[in-house]
Amino acid sequence: MVNKIVDSINEAIGPISDGATVMCGGFGSSGIAFNLLDALLEQGARELTIIANNAGVGETGVAKLLREHRVAKVICSYPRSPGSIWFERRYEERAIDLELVPQGTLAERIRAAGAGLGGFYTPTGYGTELAKGKRTEVIDGVGYVFERPLAADVALLKASQGDRWGNLVYHTTARNFNPIMATAATTVIAEVSEIVELGALDPESVVTPGIFLDRVIEVDQVFV
Amino acid sequence: MIRFTPEQIAARCAQDIPDGAYVNLGIGMPTEVANHVPAGREVIYHSENGVLGFGTAPEPGTEDPDLINASKQYITMQPGGAFFHQADSFGMMRGGHIDISVLGAFQIAANGDLANWSTGSEIYPPAVGGAMDLAVGAKQLFVITRHTHKDGTPKLVERCSYPLTGASVVSRIYTDLAVIDITDNGFQVIEMHGENSLDEVQQLTGARLLPPA
Repeated sequence: MVNKIVDSINEAIGPISDGATVMCGGFGSSGIAFNLLDALLEQGARELTIIANNAGVGETGVAKLLREHRVAKVICSYPRSPGSIWFERRYEERAIDLELVPQGTLAERIRAAGAGLGGFYTPTGYGTELAKGKRTEVIDGVGYVFERPLAADVALLKASQGDRWGNLVYHTTARNFNPIMATAATTVIAEVSEIVELGALDPESVVTPGIFLDRVIEVDQVFV
Repeated sequence: MIRFTPEQIAARCAQDIPDGAYVNLGIGMPTEVANHVPAGREVIYHSENGVLGFGTAPEPGTEDPDLINASKQYITMQPGGAFFHQADSFGMMRGGHIDISVLGAFQIAANGDLANWSTGSEIYPPAVGGAMDLAVGAKQLFVITRHTHKDGTPKLVERCSYPLTGASVVSRIYTDLAVIDITDNGFQVIEMHGENSLDEVQQLTGARLLPPA
């Protein structure tokens, strides 16, 4: 029997080794797996590479990992936000590396990894500093930059409902990066607001098919 | 000199958003444009975090904490709206499906180059978000900005000194002093606010302005 549901947050986060690359779903404070990020902090892994759209605000989520010196590198599109004090502090101290990636390129690199592609040419960033050192090509008169796939060891997702096969649906704009990150990590873990019986989710409406998931845990929702 | 308030600049820009347009509004002042689109026009707003067809801000107490726009403000949905993931959202941009993108700017050059993501500072971290994708993908790119920086130096320049967001991407600029198009010949003034004269506006501009027709 396939059963991806686990009962404790520690079992959900499982072993994550030092130096692991961790994808974190979310945009702003919407769609972030705050419970799993807290469990990651508790678990103690260090020298992490974090892939996320933002680099955390206040004293929550990725910001807490930055505060506790668990992060070696951040790969993201928009690290500086009102309240991103721990990112800014670590950046100023040069304690972390930053790989800044245009948001659409970040999404597509993740999608490419999950879809088994070796990369793609995008017009985004062509002729800018963010394309420095990258292969370029002019195709039908348009300049493109070659971008490589981006995979991770672990993805931490938030969804609204999940079942024991790992099928997921999301709530409003909390979907954001979660469905693509689900496809691009070796171990994919989702916290959901509600676990439902197998068959309760309409197959026409499943957003992330369970094949991508490893573990699902029901949590109380956290909003910041 | 007549200086438009941010709200007046947004209202002037909103007049140029046609009925039926798919529009992406950037963070900050551009967000205000949605509040001024003339009645009777049906405009479908796209936000990079994965939503089409959102409406006004919710009544206090009715916010859905998951439902936000690119500026991280709470929004509501209009009938017909849809959610989608980031890869689809940015495919809409790069794929040329967005009619108009409205962005802010640090600098705009006379050839349409846009700089709005980095000041080149070693200490102050850069943030690009979706700006580069919008710059290359939207059919038309409008910029809403003050005409000068706070210290009075021009934002409209011959060549951007800040790192570029996109090369030759801006179509039209709405400032507190004037509306200006990017043309093959450079900055073409379309209109000046109030009684502002070309000389006055020119003095606050870092490249030659072509007079309105």
